[in-house]
Amino acid sequence: MARKPIQFRLNGKDEAVFVEEGQNLLDALRRQVGDTSPKYGCGQGTCGACTVLVDGEPRLSCLMLAESAEGASIETTAGLAGAELHPLQRAFLDGFAAQCGYCTSGMLMSAKALLDRNPSPTREQVVDAISGNICRCTGYEPIIDAILDAAARGAGRRSA
Amino acid sequence: MLDFRKDLFADERDDNLNEIGKPTQRQDGLGHVTARSPYYDDYRFDGLLHMKCLRSPHHCARIRSISTAEAERSPGVRRIITGADVPVNLNTLLSLLDFGRDDEPALATDKVRYKGEPIVAVVADSEREAFEAIDKIRVDYEVLPHVLEVEEALSDRAPVVNDQYPGNSFEYHERYDHQKLRFGDVDSALVRADHVVEGRYQMSPIEHAPVEPAGAIAVPETNDRYACYTSTQALFFSLGTAAKLLNVSSNRLHFIGGTVGGGFGGKVDSLNEPLAILGCMLTGRPVRYGFDRREEMQFGPPRGAEIWHITDGVRNDGQIVARKFVGYFDAGAYTRLSSYAVIKSVGHLPGPYTIPNVYADVYCVYTNRTPATAMRGFGITGVDFAIECHMDKVAHAVGLDPIELRILNAYRDGDMKAHRREAKNCALIECAQVAAEKANWPIRDEFKRMSSRHGGGGERAQIPHTVTDQNGRIGERRGSAPMPPPPRPAPQRQPVGATTSAAPPPPPTQHQPAQSSQYDSSRQNAASHGTVRPAANRFSSIFGTRRR
Amino acid sequence: MSLQVRTFPQLGEAAQALAADRGARYLGGGTFVMRAINEGDVSITTIVRSTDPALQQIRSDGDRIHIGAGVTMSQVAASRDSDFLAAPAQSVGGPAVRNMATVGGNLFARSPYGDFTAALLALDATVHVVEGAGRRETPLEEFLRQGAQSEPRRVVAGVSVRRPHSRDAFRFRKLTRVKPAGASVIAIAAHLPNAGGRVQGARVAYVSMGPRPTRVQAVERALEGATLDESGIAGALAAATEGLDPPTDAIASYWYRREVAPAVLKRLLLGIQ
Repeated sequence: MARKPIQFRLNGKDEAVFVEEGQNLLDALRRQVGDTSPKYGCGQGTCGACTVLVDGEPRLSCLMLAESAEGASIETTAGLAGAELHPLQRAFLDGFAAQCGYCTSGMLMSAKALLDRNPSPTREQVVDAISGNICRCTGYEPIIDAILDAAARGAGRRSA
Repeated sequence: MLDFRKDLFADERDDNLNEIGKPTQRQDGLGHVTARSPYYDDYRFDGLLHMKCLRSPHHCARIRSISTAEAERSPGVRRIITGADVPVNLNTLLSLLDFGRDDEPALATDKVRYKGEPIVAVVADSEREAFEAIDKIRVDYEVLPHVLEVEEALSDRAPVVNDQYPGNSFEYHERYDHQKLRFGDVDSALVRADHVVEGRYQMSPIEHAPVEPAGAIAVPETNDRYACYTSTQALFFSLGTAAKLLNVSSNRLHFIGGTVGGGFGGKVDSLNEPLAILGCMLTGRPVRYGFDRREEMQFGPPRGAEIWHITDGVRNDGQIVARKFVGYFDAGAYTRLSSYAVIKSVGHLPGPYTIPNVYADVYCVYTNRTPATAMRGFGITGVDFAIECHMDKVAHAVGLDPIELRILNAYRDGDMKAHRREAKNCALIECAQVAAEKANWPIRDEFKRMSSRHGGGGERAQIPHTVTDQNGRIGERRGSAPMPPPPRPAPQRQPVGATTSAAPPPPPTQHQPAQSSQYDSSRQNAASHGTVRPAANRFSSIFGTRRR
Repeated sequence: MSLQVRTFPQLGEAAQALAADRGARYLGGGTFVMRAINEGDVSITTIVRSTDPALQQIRSDGDRIHIGAGVTMSQVAASRDSDFLAAPAQSVGGPAVRNMATVGGNLFARSPYGDFTAALLALDATVHVVEGAGRRETPLEEFLRQGAQSEPRRVVAGVSVRRPHSRDAFRFRKLTRVKPAGASVIAIAAHLPNAGGRVQGARVAYVSMGPRPTRVQAVERALEGATLDESGIAGALAAATEGLDPPTDAIASYWYRREVAPAVLKRLLLGIQ
């Protein structure tokens, strides 16, 4: 298969990789770059496990052509923690919002997109922000509570 | 919010516990929130190959021929695998426990029995190239009649689904086409009851739909071993299954798992591991066999469908005196774990209620559906749904409050269960009382005062005479029921532990039906645990006659 | 046979590339084409896309607005020019899907998707189809009728739609099994211009009541001259499923969709949430 060189920023660092033609961004991040934090759940755009931020906006990396990330700034869960956990990660950990853990990365990215734009969301806004992310373990309540908890701890103001 | 009701049964417990009731952090929590927990597909390997399967588009069809010639030449293809390449291409999951007949191929050869059944596996450099090769495989099918409904599958005219079980139902103990429970004399109790309440309850299959689809990556190791990174929920079960299908010693397999992206019971069937390892053996390269979402939904096993017919005999005061079940579990095309689900379900009957006459015939039925598997309490959840719906119906029929009806009939300490086990540590009455309180559901004071610890035992502790035919049998196969029961003036119950001549004689052969074994073991526990049983019985002796 | 990607600065070139290659599919937001590729659709061998800036524009022209085919649902919902379309745009997927799914792509949606297209149908939108170097403007209804034969061989540049008669004249209701972000059991979009307290020139469109979004002329006829009250809408409710053959899928059955359609239509017509 033909390969194309692309460049983008991933979690603040420049990346230059060759991607397969037609390869999706999720696959390129996981296989070519080695960032396995976004997960494959459906390849259909229904589960949200592959959610990443592209120029600050949540996108489904499994439905995005890898080469269309050329020049973009991408954020994934792998880049969320600095010296300490991001307040969202802390809240998920303390609030038992990660059970099997597989949806967690996508949930965190959707939540980060919300808090970056709206540091004090209502519960309804939180529900809408994660409405494209499926969790089969928790029943969502601990996740919603954790995002509200992170907002109360100033997660949005920190990263905005 | 959790509410620890420490006022209940306080004297049965010391509360100096270190963990219960105290918040704790998940040991894998940090890995989860940093996305560093290693799911099977997070392991990276140079030269990784990808496996995809050609699957049956039909519910049932004979395979006349398979042509892979063009696919072999397709770009990127490393190996095409058919059933002939699988060393032992017939297995049943519970064969590891010597339970049931080998009935399922890893790759179908002569016949497909459900839509989505794998026929050919393609190993290629990329998933895309595997898909392109699959597109070039030609299979000549002769489409055969199929059956998708359990009651239809048990009719004489139904097509045979699974050749190992030509009656379309699992064979228990090599003589029963269903699992049964007999306690007392349901038919005469129904005649004497003030009300007879009937109901039919049906549960559809449920897909676990874990967010991580099932999958495995097999990698060559040194010393002629193979490592397998897997999403399985049952690591050693999958290892054993792979060893059997591949005809290798299990010490040549090294399974790495433990991080499962949601399972709920759906990742125990070991569908990925054996084929991934086989692909690895045949190519010498790391091979990934992961389901995509459509495969997970269509081919990944669901919780099986169930149908329950319940007939209760009830006195005017709300006491349930007889309960009769006829149940059907939809196993799909192959047994997997459904035979065990039926044993579990029968072990659960008649629900948490003290009923002196209980009857159950429960069938594990084959249909041309995706094979069913474990899911959260399988064998129990469905029948509990049926029982609790039926309790409401009974309450309505006799004009009693549904919570009070449950409290009235609930097991109490010292009662005899239909399985000839004494009920201990009962708590349903207290649960019902607390539920009523939380829901602001009014119940009468006398029901608020009832307790699981009082009023049990006595007559409720006795084992009734169980109706049998002249040969001491209770009906092995459908259409061969030994009744009508002999007329009997009143239920005769015997105290626990008594051995009297009224007890049914054990069946003449050494293949004892499970319930008879249980009957014996309640009186002769030591003997039942010291006896070597025939292989077909070993499973039920593990699960069915467990001592408390 | 393997996949190739061809990117064109001009939409016309993309249309030509699409027409010349039976294995080519036009990639908009990716929610249909990338999904098909992920699921192993090997009939797609070429991905055609365009970076034409016109695709990204929302432009107001009197009471008409023009929306480029590449405009996303999020952009529609956020733009003041297209504020009257915010409800159907917001009803599509979750935030990430709305950041990707495009106006052009939605025109090709099949049941249970196509909420935004139903809204455009109710508002009698036109579609700008790229033909050679030029554009042809086609009523959306006709575009959808041709769809079965010509898909996916057409490239859409954008849509034009007239603002509704009044804020209350355009209505949208969607019934889903999960909230928010579920696919439609049924969705209904309606434009109900009011003349002296009576409906005049009603247009009503359904999602998930056929293979793709569709106008329901029996309901429109029954609403003509009607008042929007219990008795006035009785005829429309009686005609709610006339001649319709809704699909049975994972979301709902044929039977359920027919049962529930009049109830959702009633809520829409009476303005009940």
